[in-house]
Formats: sequence, structure tokens, C-alpha cells
Amino acid sequence: MPIEIPKDKWPGSVRTVTLGATPAEGGTRTRTVTVGGHTTLPFLSFEAPIASPPVLAIEIRSRPPEDWSPLLLQVWGDVVNDLAAWAKAAEAAGADLLVLALSVEDSPQSAVESVKKVLAASGLPLIVWGPGQAEKDNELLVPVAEATKGERLVLGICEDKNYRTIVAAAMANGHLVQARTPMDVNLSKQLNILISDMGMPKDRILMDPTTGALGYGIEYGYSVMERLRLAALQGDAMTQSPIIVTPGYEAWKTKEAKVGEGVPSAWGEWSERAIQWEVLTALPLIEAGADILVLRHPESLRRLRLAIQELCAA
Amino acid sequence: MALTGIQIYKLLPQTNCKECGFPTCLAFAMKLAAKQVELSACPYVSEEAKRQLAESAAPPIRLVSLRSASQEVKAGNETCLFRHEKTFYNRPGIFLRLRPNEAGWKETLQQAAGWKVSYVGVELGLDGFAVEIEDEASAAAVRELRALVAHPLILIGKDPAALRAALEALRGETPLLYAAEASNWEAMADLAKEYRAALTVRAADLDSLADLTQKVQARGVEDLVLDLGTSQLGPWLTRSTVVRRMALKNFRPFGYPVLAWRTEPPSELEAPFIAQAIAKYAGFIIVNTFAPEMLYPLLVLRQNIYTDPQKPIQVQPGLYEINAPKPDSPVLVTTNFSITYFSVANEVEGSGLPAWLVVTDAEGMSVLTAWAAGKFDAERIAKAIRTFEVDGKVTRKRLVIPGHVAVLSGELEEELPDWEIRVGPREAVDIPAFIRQALN
Ligand code: B12
Ligand code: SF4
Repeated sequence: MPIEIPKDKWPGSVRTVTLGATPAEGGTRTRTVTVGGHTTLPFLSFEAPIASPPVLAIEIRSRPPEDWSPLLLQVWGDVVNDLAAWAKAAEAAGADLLVLALSVEDSPQSAVESVKKVLAASGLPLIVWGPGQAEKDNELLVPVAEATKGERLVLGICEDKNYRTIVAAAMANGHLVQARTPMDVNLSKQLNILISDMGMPKDRILMDPTTGALGYGIEYGYSVMERLRLAALQGDAMTQSPIIVTPGYEAWKTKEAKVGEGVPSAWGEWSERAIQWEVLTALPLIEAGADILVLRHPESLRRLRLAIQELCAA
Repeated sequence: MALTGIQIYKLLPQTNCKECGFPTCLAFAMKLAAKQVELSACPYVSEEAKRQLAESAAPPIRLVSLRSASQEVKAGNETCLFRHEKTFYNRPGIFLRLRPNEAGWKETLQQAAGWKVSYVGVELGLDGFAVEIEDEASAAAVRELRALVAHPLILIGKDPAALRAALEALRGETPLLYAAEASNWEAMADLAKEYRAALTVRAADLDSLADLTQKVQARGVEDLVLDLGTSQLGPWLTRSTVVRRMALKNFRPFGYPVLAWRTEPPSELEAPFIAQAIAKYAGFIIVNTFAPEMLYPLLVLRQNIYTDPQKPIQVQPGLYEINAPKPDSPVLVTTNFSITYFSVANEVEGSGLPAWLVVTDAEGMSVLTAWAAGKFDAERIAKAIRTFEVDGKVTRKRLVIPGHVAVLSGELEEELPDWEIRVGPREAVDIPAFIRQALN
């Protein structure tokens, strides 16, 4: 006897957002990336076709990273000293898009140069992060926005204490923004409201609800994301932006990923454990509704790509 | 689903004889619905009414418990689809697959049984073993296994005669048989019944699964576990979601825990598959290989997903002594969020360096969260130093604060004028080096 499968119908949906612009659209990207568009919970293809699979970004840095795990430095090798080569290597590793993180040591001029280098080396859409200090972020991101007008970059990271300048620069130059709030549904909504009130079109906002690494608070981010997606489907317009998260950054901060010596032998082999830490931080976030995941290790990206393909298989 | 007072009333004799102590059957029914009285107070209820009432009181997902002589692994009794709605209760048991017909299985068994990791003060390890019973020789292996470990077992096999021999070796236990399928369900159900084992029911699709669980149940096996007939991420997620939803709506054929086992390549997707199973409703999980570097993160994920969202895991505020500190050992201060406390305590302990650790009452929040919420400030830290009488225990008053809250040092100097305030590193990993280099 066939069972009657209960299907949820939702009044709302996640907004569709496109990153990057091709020459025809006023940019120079060879590819664009479109995320969002969901009309049901992640991967429930019996209710609605999967509007867009999650996409995977690789984080590269304008200066060779000083505090990264030796495992990451080893796997990328010399390219960390050559931004163009790093961008190419990340693309070759299968990234859908790139994140370029600028450094506190960057000047406006070097920041613009770095962004241009990456844009020239790879045709993928690009997200650019300031170094994470309000004044410095503004000082670097404004000239970057102006020098890349029309590319539909994502500029970040906007937080409640520092979003106006970045949003204004993105608005004036045809870019998008990443809006980060500390793991709270209402704070996500609030920042979304503040940014749209400035006149930013809603389809140029990505929500970053913040996450903790596996073992270091992932459950908070996971549940906030589930709640954001449910609210979006229920029709709450200010939670309908696609979600970007940074499992690479979070996972590679943990002792389990970062350190190989002086840890319990029961933790197992270091390199494989570190990759698992990144993969298993990212995977639950994918299940909870992440649209863009920023990663650091190419092998994690390869495995997560396989997982996403299988998730999308009917 | 629980019946209303009116529905219960319809099942009662409706004679208002008062023997239950209530003036009318309706009054008694109302009390029953509110769970304030026992049905047994009415001497006249029919067997049929008893059955219906018992059924309506059963949880939507049956609690299935696998037992050895000394250990138990439970699944079921869940009540929601999303952990934020309430919480998830029974962490899915993780069982390592073993194949006695393969060389080296006993070494793997012993290694795996002894393997433990510690996460925020909790010892984590495997819950049991899933043994492939291929012939009567592997049944002998079950005896050998029992002599070595006490964990609950899953018996994987297709041949009822071989399984019977294995079950004989486990008298008095409740193992899980894997699995009853369309072709063998009668024999499997009879075995499960005879040996009081739990039974996995497996079918290629959900329609046949519902049919089969009903048949097996009608044959008298109550402790069932569902195998969803796929181990591909997308299809498994869909089926698991449908099963959980329907079970919560009291569709009885799906009211059982689900078992997850990755049986398809590629092997790199085993960890993602199990992670999905943990987040999305598995009750029991079989893993194929003993790989600590995969099991450790998966067990941590299971702890995280099954943490009650209403209560952060906390440790008791107080003054902790690490490596037998002396009066001139440094004093470190942190919050009472478990993850924070153990990150710091484990580092210091591992380094062998003696130190005092003041754990403040920050309502179970991490350093920065507590700081942002006003639960970890100079005043609170100073109060903790006084409450735990740290002054009386040390001669050298050096207080190390977390690098993330360096901004507190000025105010702390005012609150604790006779203390030397030192800003420590941001991450706990760097504490030992800091103590060695900066504090001597
Ligand atoms: C999980 C989390 C939460 C959880 C709470 C978890 C909990 N029980 O604490 C929730 C979702 C509830 C939450 C809420 C909030 N959060 Co919060 N949250 C986080 C998150 C993601 C992880 C925190 C964590 O668990 N870290 C792991 C623990 C182990 O780290 P830790 O305690 O710092 O300990 C490390 C070090 O400090 C060091 N250390 C610890 N003790 C000591 C001692 C010494 C002596 C030394 C040397 C070192 C040391 O060792 C540890 C390991 O290296 C961070 C962002 C991030 N990814 O880090 C934001 C974050 C901490 N939260 C933040 C904020 C603002 C908030 C809220 C105020 C938001 C709001 N307005 O509602 C609320 C406040 C809570 C409230 N009012 O109820 C901000 C703080 C910003 C700031 N710098 O002020 C952060 C940084 C996010 C951000 N970027 O904006 N949060
Ligand atoms: S004892 Fe039973 S029959 Fe008599 S009044 Fe109570 S409920 Fe009704």
C-alpha cells in the first residue's frame, strides 16, 4: 500500500543572488555564481527541485598567512607567496569562487593591486574581506570597490558597528555585501534591515550568521541557521538572504586541526583529522542551509563537492 | 497521540458508579487525560479500552534499547524535527563493523574497545560492535568476542541458521539483528521473537518499508529498527525526514529508530554520511572502519547536536588547582563555559606547569560572549578572587587574563590594587609557552 508522503508548502522563499559579472554584464568574470532561490528546506527534492546547490569558496590572503596551520602552508606550498599563482591554484582545486582576505599591513594602494591581481589571474567571482578592524576595513575596501566597479564583488565583513561605509561603497559601484551578526536570528534581521534601509537592493546582501567550529560552538550556529531558513520560508523578508559561512576559518583555529604534536594519540593521524575537522564543520552547516562555504584546504573542498553532488542526486 | 477527555470517556463504561472515587465517568476521564490518575482505579474498563488507551499513550517513536549483560544503548523517544524546538534526547549509538572472517579482526576489536577520547570532560568511545555473521564459524567468533568485550552488539547476516548460533552465544542480551527483508522476514521475525532480540527491517523504498514493519510487528516483534534502503546522502536525507515527520504524526509503521550504515563507495563520503545521520535523525549508526581521526570529530559532533539548546554545558565556578600549585604559582582566570574551561585546563595540565585557575560564574558563556554580555568584567573577576579567597593561597599575586579581553586590564588594576595583572595569549594553546617565557 503506498504511503501518503506529507509535503510542506511554504509561503516564502530564499532570494536569488548572483555573484560576479561577465563582460556582457559590466564586469570581467568568465563565470558567475547564483545562490539561493530555495522554496523548501535543504535538499528535500521531493518537495521542490533544488534551486541551487551550495557553492564552495577558497580563502586566499594578500600576504602570506603567519598564523595558519603548517598543514595548510604545506598543501598550498609556494603559491602562498604569489597571489596570482594562489588564485590559479585555488581555481584548479575546484573552487566556485574565491575569497581574498586583505591584511592590516595593506595600504589602499596594495589592496587594490592585490584585488586586481586576483581578478586578472582567475575568472571566478570574488569576495574581498578587510582585515577586520573597522577603520582599516573602510580605508581599504572603499578604493577596492571603486577600482572594480561593476564586477559584482562581495565586500565584507559588515557588522552592526561598521557597515555604513562598506555598504555605501558597494552600492555606488555595483557590488554586494556580506552582513555578519553573532549567531542570533534577531540580530541577523536587524542588520539586514539597517543595510536595506540605506537603499541597498536586497538581492545584493548575503547573511553571515557566524558559526563556531565543530566542538567549539557549532551547535549554536547550526540552530540559528535552521531557524533563519525556516523564517525565510515562512515569509519573513528580512531573513530571506542566502547564507555565507566560514567553516574553514573556524575549523583551522581549533587545536585539533592546528596542532600535530603533544596531543593525545587517540585523536588519530593529524592531517586526516584536520581535514575531517573542516569537512565535518562544513557538512552540518550545509544541512542547515548554508549557500556559500568558505574553506581553506583543497582536499576538504574535494570531499564536500562529492557530498553536495550526492545530496543533490534524487 | 494522547486522547482527549471526551475520547477517553467514550471508552469507559459510562455507568457513573463512582467506584473510582469520582462522581462520573466523565470526571474520571478528564483526570485521566490530565494524567492525574491511573486507569486501574476503574475496575470495569474493558480489555479493548485498555489496549486503546495504552496505545495512545505510547511515544511516537518507540524507545529501543540494545543490551549486553552490563551495557545499554538506547534510541527513540524523540519528539521533534529541529533541535531548537526542544532538544534531541538519545544520542545515536555508534557501532563498529567487524568481520570475523577477515584476518586481524580481534586486534581491531581490542584496539577499538579500548579507544577513548575526552571532550569537555566527557569520555567518548564506541558504543558497540556490528558483527558480520556469515556462517556458523562466525558464531563461534561471537563467543570469542564476548570473552574480550562487554559492548552491546548488532548481528549482521542473511542466514538464519548462522544467526541462531550467534544468538545462542548471547542468551540474556538484547542484540539487534540486521536485517529482515522481503525475502526472509518470517524467519528473521521468528528468531528475534525467540531470542528477544531487536530487529532491523530493511526495504528498497518507503512504501515497502511500511508494509514490512507492519507484517513483522503483527508477527509479534515490537523492538524494530528501520533501514531506509539507501546510503546515498540525498535519498537518505529525504527518507529520514519523511520517516521522522510521519512518526511524529503518529504513523505507527515508522514509529521506530532509524539505522544508518554507509554501504556504498566512495569511502571519503562515509564521514559526511554519518555526520548527516547524526544531525538528521539516526538512532543507531554502523561505521565501517576503525579510524580515530574520523571517529573523534564524529563523536564530538554527536555531543554538539545533542546538547540541550536551553542549557550551555557548564562547570562549577571555583578555584581549581592544576598540577599541585604552590603559593608562588601563577593565577589564571577564565569563565565557566565547559568548552572554555577545558581548553584552558587541558593545556595547563598537559604542560605539567603548576597553576591556579579561577573559574568565574559567567553563566556558562565563552570568554568573548560573556564579555560582550557583561558577564565577565573586572568587577566580576575581582569578586571571584575574593569569594574563592585566592589572596590567602598565594604569595605572588599575579593574575593572568585571557588575551581576548586585554581591555579589562586597566579596570582590573583598579579593582585589585595589590595584584599584578598580566595579559595572557589569545588562544589556550599558547598558554604553556607564555607561562614559561613571560612569567619567570
Ligand atoms: C558560541 C557563541 C555564542 C553562543 C554562546 C556560547 C556560550 N555558551 O558562550 C551564543 C549564540 C548564545 C552567543 C551569544 C552572544 N554572542 Co557570541 N559567539 C559565539 C562564538 C561563535 C564562539 C564562542 C566560543 O564558544 N568560542 C570557543 C571558546 C572555547 O573560546 P573562549 O571562551 O574565547 O576561550 C578561548 C580563549 O579565549 C582562550 N582562553 C580562555 N580562557 C582563558 C584564560 C586565560 C588566562 C588565557 C590566557 C586564555 C584563555 O582559550 C580558549 C581556546 O583558545 C563567537 C565567535 C567565534 N567564532 O569565536 C561569538 C562571539 C564571542 N559572540 C559575540 C557576541 C557579541 C554575542 C552576543 C552579545 C550577541 C547578542 N547581542 O546577543 C550574545 C551574548 C550572550 C547573551 N547576551 O546571552 C561576539 C563578541 C564580540 C566582541 N569582541 O565583543 C563574538 C566574537 C562574535 C562576533 N564576531 O561578533 N554567542
Ligand atoms: S469506576 Fe469506572 S465506571 Fe465507575 S464511575 Fe469511575 S470510571 Fe465510571
